[in-house]
Amino acid sequence: MATDLMIQAEGLTKRYGETQALAGVDIAVPAGTILGLLGPNGAGKTTAVRVLTTLARPDSGSATVAGIDVLRHPAEVRRHIGVAAQDATLDQLLTGRQNLVLIGELSDMGRAASRARAKELLAQFELTDAADRVVKGYSGGMRRRLDLAGSLMTRPPVLFLDEPTTGLDPTSRLRVWQAIRELLGEGVTVLLTTQYLEEADELAHDIVVVDHGRVIAQGTPQELKQASRGARLEVTLAEPHASAVGAMAPLVSGPVSVSDDGRTLSAGVDSSTGLATVVVRALDDAGVLVDNIEVRQPSLDDVFFSLTGDHIEEEGAAESDETGSGSGGAATGSPGPVGSGEGRHELEGVRA
Amino acid sequence: MTTAVLTPSSTGFDRPHSGGSFLGSLADIWAMTRRNLVHISREPMQLSDVTIQPLLFTVLFVYIFGGAIPIPGGGSYVDFLLAGILALNLTTSTMGTAIGLSTDLHEGMIDRFRTLPMWRSAVLVGRSAADFLTSVLCATIVILTGLAVGWRPGSSAISVIGGFGLLLFFAYAVSWVSACVGLNSKSPESAGSFGFIVLFPLTFVSNAFVPTQHMPGWLQAVANWNPVSAVVAGARDLWGNPNPSAMVQVWPMQHPVEAALIWSVVILAVACPFAAHSFKKRTTE
Repeated sequence: MATDLMIQAEGLTKRYGETQALAGVDIAVPAGTILGLLGPNGAGKTTAVRVLTTLARPDSGSATVAGIDVLRHPAEVRRHIGVAAQDATLDQLLTGRQNLVLIGELSDMGRAASRARAKELLAQFELTDAADRVVKGYSGGMRRRLDLAGSLMTRPPVLFLDEPTTGLDPTSRLRVWQAIRELLGEGVTVLLTTQYLEEADELAHDIVVVDHGRVIAQGTPQELKQASRGARLEVTLAEPHASAVGAMAPLVSGPVSVSDDGRTLSAGVDSSTGLATVVVRALDDAGVLVDNIEVRQPSLDDVFFSLTGDHIEEEGAAESDETGSGSGGAATGSPGPVGSGEGRHELEGVRA
Repeated sequence: MTTAVLTPSSTGFDRPHSGGSFLGSLADIWAMTRRNLVHISREPMQLSDVTIQPLLFTVLFVYIFGGAIPIPGGGSYVDFLLAGILALNLTTSTMGTAIGLSTDLHEGMIDRFRTLPMWRSAVLVGRSAADFLTSVLCATIVILTGLAVGWRPGSSAISVIGGFGLLLFFAYAVSWVSACVGLNSKSPESAGSFGFIVLFPLTFVSNAFVPTQHMPGWLQAVANWNPVSAVVAGARDLWGNPNPSAMVQVWPMQHPVEAALIWSVVILAVACPFAAHSFKKRTTE
């Protein structure tokens, strides 16, 4: 058993009324790494974070953070964690600086040390100009950055970031990503929840995919993307054409699926340089007029589809549960087994 | 098993472990108190409740009712009024406690507090400490306004201070009732309505503004046993101001200071544990 797990959870379950928010979740995060907890709304990500940050007690299961038992010594755990919750937990009526100093003082840092650290963080997150303005007037991006700064006041060794970039514009998102990457250099261990595969891909060493309170897959970003069959090529034709599929088929991996109106063709591809040019040329040679061509990286929806055979937000079918229990044993870092839905993925809409 | 692999040097984690200690708790209370004082200073409604409203009410009551209300046993209306107007302002301003706590619970900030290694009850105690300090500010404004419009105490300095102490202690006790309301209300708005539905009638059905002698019989009974009446009569006694309630033959009006203290202690004894219980219930999941 690894001795350097900074976050570890086994068999966490939690029910809120009728909703089984967690149905047996295992998490293991080695020291100094970022784990991406990936899943759609309502998958149980926030509940898992609430349990690990001592805000909620699980119905069953156990967890340790920084080696401390979360259920038995919650007060001690709080000394080792920083938390940036999904809804920025800031005091609207205080200034940015006052928010940070308050967090510092309530964490026993002392006034002088709190002020010094606040100043440092405000500069780091480019909030110095807004430092003495009331948070009420902050933009969404500024709030998120301040919230992140707040979670770093005490230089905690373990950090929980619950959807740190949801609702942010692309520039703010990049800034937050940059800040998170810099933390790694300081040896911090991070558990990050996100709805975006791209975000997990950018930041996380390992990804755990959750749905309906269960882990349905885990592995490195690379492994998960492979499991979801890599990128997809999508071509929109000016009008349906009989020889389009034939022209495209040799250039892609797997069967070509055609939309109902016959105008959109898509297929999995191994992204190679100049692929779009080659495809357009081949279609042109076949006399097909192309309106649009796009190589799309797999989205979270694609990953979900290939793992569960279900699109996000739909009720889980029986297969998804089986897939989930199967991947429970994938703790060695291998990608979760690809669900039986994978095959159907290619069948859907194929009419050629 | 996992082990606690952290050392201060490896993580930069070097906070002193004062949590759980008495001093640590005091520091948490002080930090929360200051935070709440900043809040009050930035909330126009709450700020005017303890500054402009007391000034306005004192002046309005003195000049509007002053000539119209005869005081049984004699004396000037402004001397009679001051204890009453202070009771009104202090009691109704405790609704700030209800609104403040309810707002804390409904905004994400409470989750932040709960993940910090702080003494959790500092959220409650810091709130009541801040509200007590604003009560003192409110009282100061009423006194200064009163002196400006002609109020004069007729007793020793110690006795005068004792009168203020009695009023402030009662207001502090009521602020814990207000805390219970805030902790159990669905929204800050519904917490705020507590002031209008409960606190205003409570203060008006008393001897605060008019002598109870002129009220209908059943209302007189309610007014004479109203804790606000005991507090107001007690303050009038201690200030050497006209106190017509002394002529009313019920125990609280005959022993207003004792009655006021008993009421305050009883209210605190019930409201404090209930507030602590409500707070725990609201912050456990």
